[in-house]
Amino acid sequence: MVRVAIFDYGAGNIFSLKNSLEKAGAIVDVITDLDGTDTYSGLLLPGVGNFDPAMNSIGLSKTEFREYVQDMPVLGICLGMEMFFETSEEGEKRGLDVMAGKVIILPPSMKVPHMGWNNLEIKRPGKILEGIRDGSWAYFVHSYRVKPESDGIITAESDYGVRVPAVVEEKNFYGTQFHPEKSGTAGKTMLENFLKECTR
Amino acid sequence: MTLTKRIIPCLDVKDGRVVKGLNFESIRDAGDPVKLAAKYSNEGADELVFLDITASGEQRKIIKELVNKVASVIDIPFTVGGGVNSLEDARNILLNGADKVGINTGAVKNPAIITDLMKLFGRQCIVVAIDAKRNYTIDDTKNIFTEDDRQFWFEVFVYGGREKTGIDVIQWAKNVESLGAGEILLTSIDKDGTKDGYDTLLTRNVVDSVSIPVIASGGCGKPDDMVDVFATSDVDAALAASIFHYGNLGVNGVKSYLKERGIPVRL
Repeated sequence: MVRVAIFDYGAGNIFSLKNSLEKAGAIVDVITDLDGTDTYSGLLLPGVGNFDPAMNSIGLSKTEFREYVQDMPVLGICLGMEMFFETSEEGEKRGLDVMAGKVIILPPSMKVPHMGWNNLEIKRPGKILEGIRDGSWAYFVHSYRVKPESDGIITAESDYGVRVPAVVEEKNFYGTQFHPEKSGTAGKTMLENFLKECTR
Repeated sequence: MTLTKRIIPCLDVKDGRVVKGLNFESIRDAGDPVKLAAKYSNEGADELVFLDITASGEQRKIIKELVNKVASVIDIPFTVGGGVNSLEDARNILLNGADKVGINTGAVKNPAIITDLMKLFGRQCIVVAIDAKRNYTIDDTKNIFTEDDRQFWFEVFVYGGREKTGIDVIQWAKNVESLGAGEILLTSIDKDGTKDGYDTLLTRNVVDSVSIPVIASGGCGKPDDMVDVFATSDVDAALAASIFHYGNLGVNGVKSYLKERGIPVRL
């Protein structure tokens, strides 16, 4: 069985993520520091919280984070995905900086947060998207969107008045702006795809 | 495509059973909450709302185990409310598997709790429930509406609709948005349980006063009532209980009906 860790910022609900991963056959530890005393096949940065407090609770520099992770698959969900980037309009802290680009607030012309079910438009093949049909539904709750330097890392988008990058992949880092653990069967498939990467 | 309208079955829970009342009273049994939650999730519900309807009035805490069990059988977002008065109450609910916390009486008594919750858990977790009822005693400081030649304002009620507050619903809605609410669950006490349709006047005016999502609640007796509320306002979601508990269309049937009438829904 694959053993993965969910990093807990201390802010909120990781119950459903843990539950979904366990249903998919993983052993899941919830951890509150990345000190390298234990090893996992995969790491998840969950979706609930605020940028600066979450970065503070990780408490690692870019170099230290890369050293900790090495080539381990990491799935960032919502805020977790936003933390992959360099800066965010939600906070002052530097992000984990494993992907080039920034995080910007959604335009005021739309209701913020973008909350509810939206379609995924698949742009290019990706490991997380294996077996996912174009137009599949995903559950979003977010006020910010990512703006990668290179569009090449975006594998799926959603339309919310603006183009919202929904899935990004670069090397061993995978991000979803939506919540796969809340996105029915498509979400379940994506978590299984991630666990598959963790067993490689 | 773009964002769809959300269809949300509501489980009003009392003493561990799902119940359904009329104008917040005369309650009858509607089943086991865990079984119903699983059924609605499988049928295509977009979210679930679970309200412990007696918690505030009787100072009883949410049945944690029940929240936990419901959360374990569904894979859609899940809001839990009832008796939330403190950060600790909210944390208990979230740690037991809810995605969002509904707060009503606790927010009216202590509005600062909305901001505290938002800072700790993020805006998206905080659903402020507002129970609204027409008050025909005209007061110039309120937002006045006219219907059938009668003037009134919408008043906020607490303790499960039992206690009035003197607070104007429109002002309170704007207030909770600026305090940090991520969403408003708006229930019409006048319409609740009547099956006469949503309070479209109330819904439209609250939706137009805020920029956060609003869920319409109270009065839904048939799918056309949902068509009506989506046609007359830019409301984001419709919550209902009896058409799912006692109806024969199922959640998917209701959503297919809406789609045929041009409402964007997830099917």
